[in-house]
Amino acid sequence: MRARTSIASGLGRRLVVGTPFFWLVVFFLAPFAIVFGISLSRSRFGVPPYEPLWQNGALAARLDNYAFLLDDPLYLTALLNSLEIAALSAAICLVLGYPIALGVARAPKSWRAPLLLAVILPFWTSFLIRVYAWTGLLKKEGLINDALIWLGLAAEPIQMLQTDFAVHLGIVYSYLPFMVLPLYASLERQDMSLLEAASDLGARPWRAFLTITLPLSLPGALAGFLLVFIPAVGEFVIPELLGDAGTAMIGKVLWTEFFNNRDWPLAAALAITVLTLIVAPLAWLEHLRLKRSEASQ
Amino acid sequence: MTGPAAKQPLDDRPAALILEGVTRRFGATVAVDAVDLTVRSGELFSLLGASGCGKTTLLRMIAGFEIPNSGRVLIDGQDVTHAPPYERPVNMVFQSYALFPHMTVAQNVAYGLKQTGMARSERDDRVQEVLALVELDSFGRRRPDQLSGGQRQRVALARALAKRPKILLLDEPLGALDRKLRERTQFELVNLQERIGTTFILVTHDQEEAMTMSDRIAIMQGGHILQIGPPREVYEYPTSRTVADFIGAANLLEGTVASVEGRSAEIRLQATGGAAMAESDIPLKTGDAVTVMVRPEKIQAHRASTGAANELSGTVIDIAYLGDLSIYHVQIADGVRVQVAIANRRHADEAPFTWDDAVFLSWHPGDGVILIT
Repeated sequence: MRARTSIASGLGRRLVVGTPFFWLVVFFLAPFAIVFGISLSRSRFGVPPYEPLWQNGALAARLDNYAFLLDDPLYLTALLNSLEIAALSAAICLVLGYPIALGVARAPKSWRAPLLLAVILPFWTSFLIRVYAWTGLLKKEGLINDALIWLGLAAEPIQMLQTDFAVHLGIVYSYLPFMVLPLYASLERQDMSLLEAASDLGARPWRAFLTITLPLSLPGALAGFLLVFIPAVGEFVIPELLGDAGTAMIGKVLWTEFFNNRDWPLAAALAITVLTLIVAPLAWLEHLRLKRSEASQ
Repeated sequence: MTGPAAKQPLDDRPAALILEGVTRRFGATVAVDAVDLTVRSGELFSLLGASGCGKTTLLRMIAGFEIPNSGRVLIDGQDVTHAPPYERPVNMVFQSYALFPHMTVAQNVAYGLKQTGMARSERDDRVQEVLALVELDSFGRRRPDQLSGGQRQRVALARALAKRPKILLLDEPLGALDRKLRERTQFELVNLQERIGTTFILVTHDQEEAMTMSDRIAIMQGGHILQIGPPREVYEYPTSRTVADFIGAANLLEGTVASVEGRSAEIRLQATGGAAMAESDIPLKTGDAVTVMVRPEKIQAHRASTGAANELSGTVIDIAYLGDLSIYHVQIADGVRVQVAIANRRHADEAPFTWDDAVFLSWHPGDGVILIT
């Protein structure tokens, strides 16, 4: 009897652990392997637009595409540009999102759910439509320019659309909830008696915030930063709609290689490179963090 | 605990804390209702009461986390009624300890000193000093999550003592510890308090804890202080039924005053119609409705009548064996029971009485306390 229940619970446990595993293998690892395979191939005209890896009983893998990426400075420039735009946008999100998250976390309990809903509400409209709506606001004869001229703050329309400013604005606007939510989660579960203890020990409110609230919310801030930074690096829609043709972000370059040049192998090599460049440092950081927490045990 | 003989008499010492008509309302409920209180310097004072009696709100008003709706709070002669917590010369040991989880033990203890801008070397010395005081000298570099519950409690104590507060506030400081550790810590706290001489104000719902540790106890109920006094006084001479009932076990017998002679009075008991002698400082007159309170351990039980002045006869209907002593429930009239505590000096199977035994109960007239309410 006991043996049977332990087998059943063992099966249950395997099912619970196995489901996310299965998901990752089917929807992440397998596509990744396919893309990696394509990146080792050579483009051609036809369907599919790349040569098979297995030709005449021999493996026809080559690293030409990766070599090409290193050769042409376009890719490196686009990548650095993307990292810079994503990092700056994530930093702006952090600065804007922190007071919002703190405000919601410190609001009366009955207010928190509606306020959180307000943060998430924009997600109920299509992302594409919301980004596109910004073109109507930012263009030369758009709402913002009209208002500035009417108020006498600008003599002539300001070029806002098709600038890096618009791209930053679009990313910050679109990704702000991803910053607010993890920050809120870490701020909300902070023990308020810690702040009382700080105050009791002589810390004024501002010092108590800097020495207690802020350091304890750093994990939430890091999570929020990564949740904004990682998708922003590969962002395509926002620079396409709000940036100018010269805004070289890696997502746009990838799109061009894939759809305009129909060079699937090169696009695949680019995708793999970007993924590796983002995941590898994060994995290393996580490894360091684990090692440190083990050491302190 | 009566304190060492060397201690200066309480009344001669300056007041560390004075509360004048302090009231705190939360919406329609009055948590603390016009409380007057004076705590002397160097005293270990307890606020005792069931949850919701207002003791924690009172403590939080002393700390500055709550501002009274009316009344004044004076600490060391200074009016601090409206001063924020960070400007008051008091520190608190929180019920949850509230240790900063991202700091080491030493950093936790140094936190309050840092706010005062104390020089680093002096700060380090002070941290070592208070850590030694709570016997955690070698734990400075640990983090709170690497400590046991008892160690955490001592870190919280050290942190609150580091700034040498005029008054140390303790909110159920032993509530999270298990029984054995709690009993040991009670004595450690008292010894520590006697050594450093700081005024301690302790909030607790545990009457044993309050009795063991305090110089004086204030018993609170419904936002009021019912009685203030040394443990012995509130136990032996409660002034109300509520206090008598709350502190230890009490037999409460209702009756009317038959005659008065000085401090002692003869009471006609409602339950038996018999007479009982008891004492009171309150002026009484014949015909007053009163309650006679007798502690279970003050009652003697015999198999035969002894002819004593205070004698009740009854039947044993319940016995609670507690190990060191047994509580006998004796029915003296329909629905009226008296509890008698008898120490088990011999093995329990040689107990003097068993169920359904007829017994005669008596007590010394001075052990009966007359209560008006």
